[in-house]
Amino acid sequence: MADVQKIEPDSVFAKAVKEGLLAGALAFGLFFLIVGFRTDQNIRNELVLNQRWGLLAIFVLVAGIGRFLLTAYITPWSEARSKNKRAAVEKEQSAFRKSFPKIGLGLLLIYPFLVILILWAYNGSIMGGLQGSLKYVDNFGIQILIYVMLAWGLNIVVGLAGLLDLGYVAFYAVGAYSYALLSTHFGLSFWLLLPMAGIFAALWGIMLGFPVLRLRGDYLAIVTLAFGEIIRLVLINWTVVTKGTFGISGIAKATLFGIPFTPGPTGFAALLGLPNSGVYYKIFLYYLILLLALLTAWVTIRLRRMPIGRAWEALREDEIACRSLGINTTTTKLTAFATGAMFGGFAGSFFAARQGFVSPESFVFLESAIILAIVVLGGMGSLVGIAIAAAVMIGGTELLRELEFLKRIFGPDFTPELYRMLLFGLAMIVVMVWKPRGFVGNREPSAFLHKRKMVSSEFTKEGHG
Amino acid sequence: MVSEVQNNPTAILRVERLSMKFGGLIAINDLNFEARRGAITALIGPNGAGKTTVFNCITGFYKPTEGMLTMTRQNGEEYLLERMADFVITKKAKVARTFQNIRLFSGLTVLENLLVAQHNPLMLSSGFTILGLLGLPTYKKAASDAIEKARFWLDKINLVERADDPAGDLPYGAQRRLEIARAMCTDPELLCLDEPAAGLNARESAELNKLLLDIRDETGTSILLIEHDMSVVMEISDHVVVLEYGTKISDGTPETVKNDPKVIAAYLGVEDEEVVELIEQAEAAGVDDITAAVDLLSTEALHEIEEAHPDMAPATLIPSAPAKVRRARATAAKKPVVKSVTDKTAAKPAAASTVKSKPINPAAKSLVAIKPGATANALAEPRGGKADKLIIIKGIGPVNERKLNEHGIFHFDQIAAWKKADIIAAEAYLAFDGRIAREDWIGQAKKLAKQSQVTPAPKKTRGAK
Repeated sequence: MADVQKIEPDSVFAKAVKEGLLAGALAFGLFFLIVGFRTDQNIRNELVLNQRWGLLAIFVLVAGIGRFLLTAYITPWSEARSKNKRAAVEKEQSAFRKSFPKIGLGLLLIYPFLVILILWAYNGSIMGGLQGSLKYVDNFGIQILIYVMLAWGLNIVVGLAGLLDLGYVAFYAVGAYSYALLSTHFGLSFWLLLPMAGIFAALWGIMLGFPVLRLRGDYLAIVTLAFGEIIRLVLINWTVVTKGTFGISGIAKATLFGIPFTPGPTGFAALLGLPNSGVYYKIFLYYLILLLALLTAWVTIRLRRMPIGRAWEALREDEIACRSLGINTTTTKLTAFATGAMFGGFAGSFFAARQGFVSPESFVFLESAIILAIVVLGGMGSLVGIAIAAAVMIGGTELLRELEFLKRIFGPDFTPELYRMLLFGLAMIVVMVWKPRGFVGNREPSAFLHKRKMVSSEFTKEGHG
Repeated sequence: MVSEVQNNPTAILRVERLSMKFGGLIAINDLNFEARRGAITALIGPNGAGKTTVFNCITGFYKPTEGMLTMTRQNGEEYLLERMADFVITKKAKVARTFQNIRLFSGLTVLENLLVAQHNPLMLSSGFTILGLLGLPTYKKAASDAIEKARFWLDKINLVERADDPAGDLPYGAQRRLEIARAMCTDPELLCLDEPAAGLNARESAELNKLLLDIRDETGTSILLIEHDMSVVMEISDHVVVLEYGTKISDGTPETVKNDPKVIAAYLGVEDEEVVELIEQAEAAGVDDITAAVDLLSTEALHEIEEAHPDMAPATLIPSAPAKVRRARATAAKKPVVKSVTDKTAAKPAAASTVKSKPINPAAKSLVAIKPGATANALAEPRGGKADKLIIIKGIGPVNERKLNEHGIFHFDQIAAWKKADIIAAEAYLAFDGRIAREDWIGQAKKLAKQSQVTPAPKKTRGAK
């Protein structure tokens, strides 16, 4: 064994060099014509051949060096790591991991002020700090938290009860349109409509639940998918009520105890004597969605320790055994659908209040797919994992807009946003290969006798629909 | 025997005329038996005899085609199980079950498995989740009581140490025990175990016996079990019912059943005619002890068996105590099973219509002398070669019609002329006492007999078989 290890580094290095060269040659052959040359029209409408040797060189070098590094360092390192892992079976969770939820929550609570402070220091003026933070609070903070909340809501249906729901965005739409229509027609306030939107969505959840209770697996997925599309098509075509594709605009904003976030003398900024800025409303919305998301998490955590939560998880594990224990699986599934839908409805009404405008375009199937992808990536059933996945997926795509330096590599025409779906898919494949059960695959038991031990993902089931 | 069934307060479960057909396949055919309160009743039979189907009918997973399943609870409440949904049977009628292929919630911990089983009482104490969500003390109390109950059962099955491990991580034997404990956590009055000893080694099997006897003696729970392991059946059961091709072929104490030639024939796989033949041979040879015949049969059949089923251990089935058999035979003399064996004409009982096509001589059938115990006005064959359609009488199904025909009853006027003694005689072989009077068969028959006199040619599509 010792001899083998001694010899190994040299042979691995030689092998890596060989494979690196081969990969470089392959990349050269592959990209020579595709990347190396480019046809363009010049000013006289003539076709000219541009040669892009620099770019081709980057491609070849990335492939060659990447392959070299992979073979020489990364593969041996990961092999050694997995060997160590096997050796050290019961390793205590690191202190960071244990307190990660608390640290994360603390960061989320101070996030807007942290952003303002950093930008204040960076720009040198408080106004610069305030205006500059708009983007970070809104595009990153609020956007991510909406998806965190949606994914936590869907997690009840998919992660806990094991019912594959591809039409979750329908409940989001129901919530958004409930708020939009009731507030524009009847002038009801956000605080009254928020719970109502949740209740409406829950009712729709029950309505969807009834016909699909007999279905499992793929069939359930298809019917929920169809349900999501039906809701969207109704929103498009029922123009009398929903104004079709034009959408509903001018939706009332949310108020803080009746104080509107308007620039006028009765507005929030004027009352508190703060400089006029749109950022207060965004910060208010940030804390509102944070509160809603935390409510979702709190309810989920509490429900998991209730008989109904255990019944959901038992349902995911084995429906027939559930029935043999006297559990009414029909009502259990319905409550899961209704609870998940309710949080979707909350998020929807928040979305309408934030945008001030809703249209069917916001509720396409892709949204359902993204929310489901977040749940699967995060690890079904795990709140922390899902929050991380939402931050990575949504934050990552937002971050792509910021990556201006990529233009320097790929030319000024390169728009990174266009590639976000490609990178999105790539990231998902990488994560699924690396961690098939999502970021946090382990399940936390809802009760314990001696010691709370995480249940390894190899024992939990995904559910059969 | 029949009159005992109706008014027997010790019967916890009465299975009456149970039939289950899957398309053309008759899985259970007119099965009658009862499980006594506080006793262990074993249901045995060769593979494919319909044992699990009986279980699925009792626990509501199948809806029987015909028949009545009456569960009498300790407090006197009676439930007709064939009319109840599977989870209601566990919840209200207090019948719990385990499965042939273990159905644990493998991703939940051992403790959680036992808590899921206490879903219904916990659901009540948590005010259907709402009160529990608010953190009311009643639920906290109930939750800790539930954990204590789980601990009690874990202690019984020696799994307290592993309470916080995932159920899927347990060894096979422990999983079997856990499934029994989980079923017991639903507070059942009747526990149905589907092959609890399958896959257990000798030590585990002995432990299981102890556990089952413990359950019976300490909690007073009656047990109904399907088992192939004869050591378990013979050791712990108070009462054994033997099925073959969906028909009951023997019923009694383990000793009686063990020495019943029908049972031996079923397990060794010989034709009924052979049994009869051998008994005849034995009698002709002046051996009036049935066991001698059986021994003769067994030795002959063993040669075949050894080739066909090398895994079976027929030794356990071969009678060992002739004296016991004689006694058992005397007690069981009333039973139709024994009768049909001793009956030299060997009319095939109901099994004739079941899946396996056994050689039946139709000519012999028509010559059948009227069975013993027939009513006074029995006929050898229907008048004019055509029988009345007895199923027109409410309460007579195809099974009863066939039985009546077998006993020489073909016409309405015959039934109309029944006296009290005849009714008792008929009820004896119909195994359904009190019903003839309750459903007024005689009154119905009188009317129908009159009608058939008025219209001499009633529409008869079916003659006697």
